[in-house]
Amino acid sequence: MSYKIETQNLSAWFGSKQVLQDITMKIKGNVVTAIIGPSGCGKTTLIRCLNRMHELTPRAKVTGKVLLDGEDIYGENVDPVTVRRRIGMVFQKPNPFPMMSIYDNVAAGLKLNGIVDKHRLDKIVEKSLKAAHLWDEVKLELGKSGASLSGGQQQRLCIARALAIEPEVILMDEPTSALDPTAAAKIEQLIRILAEDYTVVIVTHNMQQAARVSDFTAFLYLGKLVEYGSTKDIFENPKSELTEKYITGEFG
Amino acid sequence: MTQHEKSQNFLSKIKTNHKKRFSGDSVFRTIILLIACNIFIILGLIIFKITQGAWLSIQTYGIKFLWGTTWQPFPPEPTAPPSFGALPLVWGTLTTSAIALLLGVPISLGIALALSEFTPKSFNYVISFFVELLAAIPSVIYGLWGIFILIPFLQNNVYPHLQATLGFLPFFQGTIRGSSVLTGGIVLAIMIIPTVSAISRDVFAAVPNSQREAIIALGATRWEKARIVMSYGRSGVIGAIMLGLGRAIGETMAITMVIGNSFNMFTSLFEPGSTLASIIANEFTEASSPPVYISALMEVGLILFALAIAVNASARLVIWRSMRKTKEAEML
Repeated sequence: MSYKIETQNLSAWFGSKQVLQDITMKIKGNVVTAIIGPSGCGKTTLIRCLNRMHELTPRAKVTGKVLLDGEDIYGENVDPVTVRRRIGMVFQKPNPFPMMSIYDNVAAGLKLNGIVDKHRLDKIVEKSLKAAHLWDEVKLELGKSGASLSGGQQQRLCIARALAIEPEVILMDEPTSALDPTAAAKIEQLIRILAEDYTVVIVTHNMQQAARVSDFTAFLYLGKLVEYGSTKDIFENPKSELTEKYITGEFG
Repeated sequence: MTQHEKSQNFLSKIKTNHKKRFSGDSVFRTIILLIACNIFIILGLIIFKITQGAWLSIQTYGIKFLWGTTWQPFPPEPTAPPSFGALPLVWGTLTTSAIALLLGVPISLGIALALSEFTPKSFNYVISFFVELLAAIPSVIYGLWGIFILIPFLQNNVYPHLQATLGFLPFFQGTIRGSSVLTGGIVLAIMIIPTVSAISRDVFAAVPNSQREAIIALGATRWEKARIVMSYGRSGVIGAIMLGLGRAIGETMAITMVIGNSFNMFTSLFEPGSTLASIIANEFTEASSPPVYISALMEVGLILFALAIAVNASARLVIWRSMRKTKEAEML
């Protein structure tokens, strides 16, 4: 069994405060892995370490390794810009570029990669919007501002934007927490479909969501990886008492 | 006293107390309001007095004053009436301001982007401090520096090369003069940098971080991130540029000292010229007679006032709208 991402003794700090302690976990390709845990447990920091976004925060520090296909993304000669083109990210709050049209939002990453051929751009934009299940709703108004869409549509636009550069991994940081239940349900369906082609890592504070969408679940508490296994095992017979307490809602 | 009476008594006390406090408040409110309204009175009086002063000139020359190209308080033949027209002054003001924007805006945007996107915080304080220090230098000092340092330098080391390379353009032909329209524009460019860079920096700082993260997560370099920040803050930057323009249009002392003060419908930037502001500063003391002379200067002032107010008001409007847009985007 090959693993897409592997973290080895990953620790992270904000200033002098350590938020992640020695996280070692192996994430499989083409599955959905959920990271759950109470607020402040470090789950957002963990996925931000996976595409080198964490180090952008002032005074942030990371130690340990993150292997992508066996290669350390924190290695000496690795350009974080290239890493981020292989690992896409969707944020908690939809953040389309309001000054760009829907089309240009999706094409933004492609243009960074130097793709300017209109015909090719058209094709990829259409493909990405279809993959994000947004195409039918916006195909007649691709020139409208990305900010004119509803919250759920904006989030799917952000997913399309991430898909357009054809990443191998998609990180999602509580992608439905700013959305209403209907919009959230659509995103959840989409996550399942995306797992056929991509490796998806999703952070969520919603345990039902983790149970619904993920194949594997990691439970984080106070910056430590408490338990990691198949979602079925974690929810049905957790090994750790702490996990069981969290799953059953005793704290968190 | 029954319980009911007691509570009634208590209630009425509260009411009278409340009334007393309320009347004190309303007196205070009226006073403050009157003080605030002073601003309208002052503005109104200024407009009224300038218009009153300019009235004779407005009556004598009418609308033609705006495109007249002569300025003769004392015509060569003693019987002829004095004649005035403001076009070369408007031309001088617009040209020097345009040069100021052309040279000053790229530098200002560079400073603003560096401060908001590239340099560490501790360094930002130092740079901001020095940029704001530029704004605190009195304009007469800029003028002195212009006369004694900038003019000799430009005249000997820069302008000849400029003419050698770009001399085919009409703007760079003719005799090279140090006290010229181009020098005026260059001094103005330096003077608008603090305004334009400080406001642009605030506009860039107000761009939500989620926008930066969005483009970085797509694999953007720092320069590509800066471009997103600039395009997000576009309208705010336009406002900043217009405020800089307002400053350039109204600047008087420094430009009077370096522009050469010649009433001249120039074509080459190496010629001396005048602006709306510089002619007032330069000629006001001598303009005791004929009466229409001082009135014509007042009318020049009126044109300058209208131009400056129009530019400033539209700048404020643009900035205000861009800030509102930013706030809306943050609430999404």
